Amino acid sequence: MEFTGLLSAAVFLPLAGALIIALLLRNAAHIRLFAGVIAAADFALAIAVFASYNTATGGIQLIDRIPNWIPGLAADNFAVQYFLGVDGLSAPLVLLTGLLGLVAVLASWHIDKRVREYFIWLLVLQTGVMGVFTSLDFLLFFLFWELELIPMFFLIAIWGSEPKSKREYSAMKFLIFTILGSAFMLVGILTLFFSTGTFDMTALPSAIQDAKLLLPAGVVFALLFIGFAIKLPLWPFHTWLPDAHTDAPTAGSVMLAGVLLKMGGYGMIRVSIGMFPDIVAGLSWLFLGAAIINIIYGAIVVMRQTDLKRLIAFSSISHMGFVLLGLASVMGNTGTVSTLGLTGAALQMFTHGTITGLLFLLVGFMYDKAHTRYIPDLGGLARRMPVLAAALLVAGLASLGLPGTSGFVAEIMVFLGTFSLFPAATGIAVFGVVLAAGYILWTLQRVMFGPLKQRFEDIGDVRGMQYAPIALLVIAIIAVGVYPAFISDVFASGVEPIARSIESAAQARLR
Amino acid sequence: MTLFDLYLLSPELSLAALGALLALVDLVVRKKSVLPILAVVGLIAPLTLSLILWFDLSGGGATQMQGLFNTLVVDKFSLFFKFIVVGAVGVVILSSTDYVNKFARFQGEYYALLLFSACGMMLLASTTELITIYISLELTALPLAALAAFLRSGRSTESGMKFLILSAISSAVLLYGMVIVYGYTGSTSLADIAQRIAGMNLSGDTPFGSNALLFGVVLMIAGFGFKIASVPFQMWAPDVYEGSPTPVTAFLSVASKAAGFAVMLRVFYMAFPDDALVVDWRVTFAVLSALSMTLGNLVAIRQNNIKRMMGYSTIAHAGYILVGLAAVASGGASLGPTGVLFYIGGFAATNLAAFSVIIAISNRIDSDEIDDYAGMARRAPLLATVLTLSMISLTGIPPAVGFWAKIYLFGAAVEANLEWLVVIGVVNSVISAYYYLRVVKAMFLSEPASEERVASGLPMQLALAVGFLGTLAFGIYPTPLLNLARSAAGALLS
Repeated sequence: MEFTGLLSAAVFLPLAGALIIALLLRNAAHIRLFAGVIAAADFALAIAVFASYNTATGGIQLIDRIPNWIPGLAADNFAVQYFLGVDGLSAPLVLLTGLLGLVAVLASWHIDKRVREYFIWLLVLQTGVMGVFTSLDFLLFFLFWELELIPMFFLIAIWGSEPKSKREYSAMKFLIFTILGSAFMLVGILTLFFSTGTFDMTALPSAIQDAKLLLPAGVVFALLFIGFAIKLPLWPFHTWLPDAHTDAPTAGSVMLAGVLLKMGGYGMIRVSIGMFPDIVAGLSWLFLGAAIINIIYGAIVVMRQTDLKRLIAFSSISHMGFVLLGLASVMGNTGTVSTLGLTGAALQMFTHGTITGLLFLLVGFMYDKAHTRYIPDLGGLARRMPVLAAALLVAGLASLGLPGTSGFVAEIMVFLGTFSLFPAATGIAVFGVVLAAGYILWTLQRVMFGPLKQRFEDIGDVRGMQYAPIALLVIAIIAVGVYPAFISDVFASGVEPIARSIESAAQARLR
Repeated sequence: MTLFDLYLLSPELSLAALGALLALVDLVVRKKSVLPILAVVGLIAPLTLSLILWFDLSGGGATQMQGLFNTLVVDKFSLFFKFIVVGAVGVVILSSTDYVNKFARFQGEYYALLLFSACGMMLLASTTELITIYISLELTALPLAALAAFLRSGRSTESGMKFLILSAISSAVLLYGMVIVYGYTGSTSLADIAQRIAGMNLSGDTPFGSNALLFGVVLMIAGFGFKIASVPFQMWAPDVYEGSPTPVTAFLSVASKAAGFAVMLRVFYMAFPDDALVVDWRVTFAVLSALSMTLGNLVAIRQNNIKRMMGYSTIAHAGYILVGLAAVASGGASLGPTGVLFYIGGFAATNLAAFSVIIAISNRIDSDEIDDYAGMARRAPLLATVLTLSMISLTGIPPAVGFWAKIYLFGAAVEANLEWLVVIGVVNSVISAYYYLRVVKAMFLSEPASEERVASGLPMQLALAVGFLGTLAFGIYPTPLLNLARSAAGALLS
């Protein structure tokens, strides 16, 4: 048994906070403040996790491990471990979760409907996501994966946008899609366990190589992949996303776009690619095809959106395509695998979390003032809300990949990683960036500039507590844009072993 | 009959005596509210006696004690079910205390019949002989038929009648199956049957080596299938569940079903463990399981009455448990039996919690329509929380016990190489999420029809606490229930 405790604290602090709110606090102002303190403390813990991860040493660090934490299961050789740990892949995602968790709480300062329940669900959600990124036992991973469902369902269904029937529909759709994915995932996880005798995600990659699986490896891969594909989401499993994003409350959208989608990408890297190198080595067509469809289809659909949140939701689909493209970079048939594309994909997840988080945040704030997200109704808002407009400009430019912002770094890494291997596909994907530039600038122009509409004469800018989350995210975007290495080096160290395993699998195929 | 036999039978005897006592006390006391108190306090006797037997087995070294001319066996397997039955009847009585006002004149009979039926269920878990099984089944079913008709309304009478007739038919079918098995093997004792079959030369071509034996076994499966409400013997369940007094529904869905699975496991483990037979009932169970899950869940979506919905949900859960039985049959040796028993235990706690809430709510608003649950989160936050946890548990989402139960059972099936069945199972749990969460949605998202609080009395709160804590505690820390289930399963296998 090893126990450093830092990760456990980061995972369970929000849950403990939620319990305290549920049992002790009654006053709305106290609840808000307390949730803020908990989220800030959790962010501090996430920073501590990230800072104490040693890239030079690499591997799994900060391990909290209790073998057989449920003795009743172990007696049936059904050994579940309590096993938390971070490597270079998960440490930055923990940081991202801490950051967006705080942003989500700060963005919810104005919530006055059923305050207690709201913050309880928000904090439980945080625990679920943190748990997914830090669990290294597959069953524990699955437990956290499922834990996140119910809070998000309530957040959308109770505090989402009007009308009521629509948000309830979206919440249910989100739930059914996700639970469908996790249902298949469960079959995959159980099959892996009974083939290899372990849930340990660090031991599974080699155990899968050695063991004879109960089902063909391709089937197990597919069972697990579907779960991640729905979460990411991959076309054609994406239809829940525009609904859920549009109808979620601001904080819900931030968490959903910022970290929940990343669970899918994380799972693909850690599980689909990390555990099945032999299979993915021959699947470049799947990843490339999905990437291009996501990028181009997402971008084209964005153009037709008139609801700002729906627009951002589809842009998310497009941006997740770049993650897929980066993943495809390890599947080239050259025999050597560079980590550049994979690192770029991971970095794209991080930056998309901050950028889209900021976009949803700003649109949410704007909606609170303007009471509409319908683009043709908006216009000229920059005159009345300069701060919001400036922040939106930063987020928009980062989203289209302007140098100096984090979006640029991630996308360029993905392209550099894939271009030499798949020039045609990369060429098409780059076109997606052009489309992004088009739709973002066009949207900014329609919403922020031009003549100010009469009805917005008296509209005000952001104020008070709203500055805090905006500032946090703007700083994150610029910081990663100017000095990406502090994130990307960590990611690179995390994906290095995965790239090596793919490499040996690819070489085995070439032989 | 020796003193030792009395000792072995003591839990059942004390329960029957308690039932008779209640019927008598009912004649002399005017204040009927003492009856449930007497009943619950009296349940301490069978519980204590079962515990004594349990520790006798744990300490003595013997894994089982046989008695009553070898028709009765007390082992940890039977005691496991006795605990469930006593617990279930206790919770049901606690949650009935307000509900019984609907039939104020017959309270004594109501409690007495519940206890008699429970007595039959406890016996059912212990019997190892076909005729005793049949008698215990009848002892279980007849009081239930009377109880189902207790409201004396049109629906209730209909459900009582339906239960009586279908129960009689299924018993006849079961009896027919037993007769054929007896005719083929020449014995009614499960152990002897197994021995005789093992001694026969079963040819590989015909299933079971003999079409006659196969016919008998299939008829027995049909008879038991009725008790556990598995497809295609499920038709009675939704109607009876809807029409019966709600506490009786709870009792049916938990205790009656648990006892049905107990006797099924016992019969198929003890009498037909032969390898040649195993192959055949494994397929049968797998198919029944797939059908039950799918039909139960699909039809439940359409229900607007929560009792009816729970009826279909119970059918679906019979299907999940049958996954475990199929896995057991396929040689899922390490997880299967434990998984089945754990699932039954977890399902009992969950369903008792859910039904306690349904009773508490119907006591106040006099409706079982899901739409009338609108805004319950505001009118009765605790009830809404308990029901939400139950629904989450039935769906199989953490942190409720249903999560581990599902993992365990599906794990057993994967271990037994029944992945196709697990895929059907998990897809079904997705479908079930839709209608379970519909209840949650109504309670938390819809506006209440009135602001009036829905309060519940102390006995009801006790019943709720038992179900809720069972569902939550075993969800967070399943070890105690698992260990219990494992030693029970071990007794069955030895």
